[in-house]
Amino acid sequence: MLKILRYSFFDLMRSRWSYVYFAFYLLLGVILLFLNNDLSKAVITLMNVIIVLVPLIGTIFGVMYYYNSQEFTELLLAQPIKRASIFLGQYLGVALSLSMSLILGLGIPFVFYGLFESSAVWDFSLLLITGVFLTLIFTALAFNIALSNENKIKGFGYAILLWLFLAVIYDGLFLMTLILFEDYPLDKLSLFGTMLNPIDLSRTLILLKLDISALLGYTGAVFKQFFGTSFGLIVSFFMLTVWVILPVGRIINKSKKKDF
Amino acid sequence: MKSITVFFIAIFIANISIAQTIEVCSTCPVSTLKEAITQSKDFDTIIVEKGSYKEHAIVVDKPLTIIGKNYPVIDGEKKGEIITITADNVTVDGLFIINVGTSYTEDYAAIRVKNSKNFVIQNLVLEKLFFGIYIEKSRNGKVYHNKIIGDAVEEYNSGNGIQLWYSKNVEIEHNYVEHVRDGIYLEFSDDCLIKNNISTLNVRYGLHFMFSNDDTYQDNTFENNGAGVAVMFSKRIKMYNNLFKENWGTASYGMLLKEINDAEIIGNIFEDNTIGINIEGSNRINYRHNSFSNNGWAIKVKGACYANNFTENNFLYNSFDIAYNSNVNDNVFDKNYWSNYTGYDLDKNGIGDVPYRPVKLFSYIVNRTPETIILLRSMFIDIIDFSEKVSPVFTPDNLLDKNPQIKRITW
Repeated sequence: MLKILRYSFFDLMRSRWSYVYFAFYLLLGVILLFLNNDLSKAVITLMNVIIVLVPLIGTIFGVMYYYNSQEFTELLLAQPIKRASIFLGQYLGVALSLSMSLILGLGIPFVFYGLFESSAVWDFSLLLITGVFLTLIFTALAFNIALSNENKIKGFGYAILLWLFLAVIYDGLFLMTLILFEDYPLDKLSLFGTMLNPIDLSRTLILLKLDISALLGYTGAVFKQFFGTSFGLIVSFFMLTVWVILPVGRIINKSKKKDF
Repeated sequence: MKSITVFFIAIFIANISIAQTIEVCSTCPVSTLKEAITQSKDFDTIIVEKGSYKEHAIVVDKPLTIIGKNYPVIDGEKKGEIITITADNVTVDGLFIINVGTSYTEDYAAIRVKNSKNFVIQNLVLEKLFFGIYIEKSRNGKVYHNKIIGDAVEEYNSGNGIQLWYSKNVEIEHNYVEHVRDGIYLEFSDDCLIKNNISTLNVRYGLHFMFSNDDTYQDNTFENNGAGVAVMFSKRIKMYNNLFKENWGTASYGMLLKEINDAEIIGNIFEDNTIGINIEGSNRINYRHNSFSNNGWAIKVKGACYANNFTENNFLYNSFDIAYNSNVNDNVFDKNYWSNYTGYDLDKNGIGDVPYRPVKLFSYIVNRTPETIILLRSMFIDIIDFSEKVSPVFTPDNLLDKNPQIKRITW
């Protein structure tokens, strides 16, 4: 598995797309800092970018890589290697190279700008951690989609739809539900709804840092316990881990049974 | 007439020349403060040496100066009120007063000033108290450099740090108040000056005005209180250069304004509060040169607020800048800096070319269904906010800052 991981990783490192991705984040970081002159404001803007763009790039890239390397995968399948290690190796190769582009691309300008001396260092590292989690989750989801669809067009379609649903439509439905049932106590429901969507989950995680004073304005014991203590942070991280494990598990399962 | 004046001056000088000093210590002939007061004559000085004195219900009924050396402890043993001042021209300085009695029927205080003029209360340390310094129906006094540390947990069985009731012209400066109900409380008290105090960790308000007019408070710090400052039913209050910080919670405000008219709020800093300023039924108030940063809501307007002016303030990284609960607006927002402003300035005059709408649709939704706060900063919310910005339906459409500043305002 490690060999395949290494192969996929270096293959991607050599590919143009990784550089484009890396360059994009580098540019974003530099421009944000250049325009803002303020680390904490730049962190807020970055958050908006990360929770929307990272999943999008993760899904598209994952699907693309799977379809592109399909022939090579079939060649590997003919060798005496466990199926799980082939697919896991490829998955981790993609996810890790994407995460590396993200961390380096954003990290370098911020470090040069004096991140370590500023108070934003924790907010920023939280941002990077959630970025990595989102990459892991959405690449895994993309692999799931690609494994289940032989048709490339369909696969891409589903991938984009998945992203659109989780990034935008889900929140719309969520908001409608909350407003429709506003006469009932909703604090548990709203926290539960957040757990079901990794993008919302990472957003909440960042809100905990940035908007804690607004979140504490709501009267609700469950809310207060969740946002007022480290409980919220722990639960969110736990749920993000679950969100990584479930799709990865399905990759393993699916790849075992699939006919090629 | 002249001779009468000379006569009075002569008496006054004579008085001073015969004014003597009485020393109180455990081994002295006079071993209690009460005894010293009964033995003293007008305008005497009583010096209390270091030690512990178990006394309560001390009544100062003559113009005396009471000075503690090295903070002698006056221990009330929780039996009731400790010092009551009923005469004019009394100075109390440098005592350490502890264990004030708690009562549900009477407001026992560490020091009560009653119907007095020209009093000075300074350098006291008060601990384990019910009410701290209670000034009633008095005028022209000074309360300086006191430290009041209470242990209040609940509102109903705790008292206020410094309380003024029907008093006038009192100066309250450089005091430190923590862990009481209201740090400083003014009721029916006019023309007072509250300056350079620190009021923190109080159960209810850091500073509280009720039916008090023409007061000024400036350069104070209010941190981590139930709510920073509550100004209610008062007129012409001046609020300058105060710091309101970290007042967090479901009913927490940096400043709560209720039925306030003609006030001036200038140069204050509101940082990390759940709600920076909560305004209800307040008219003709000028907000200028204030800075609101990292609050949940910078300003929450609850209705019946007319002809208020918000000019040249900085709104920095608040979750919500302004929240309205109706779509009627009669207040003016002009020349403020909004960190959430996304417009441009093509003619480079430092003023954004597109007006800024500080009220977002989402703040209206959160007002209606508070749980939706969890969707803050979601992309969907950005989309609906944007559509509301383009054509306002739920938010007041004349509520806009026509001259949003491009750069942060400095003053």
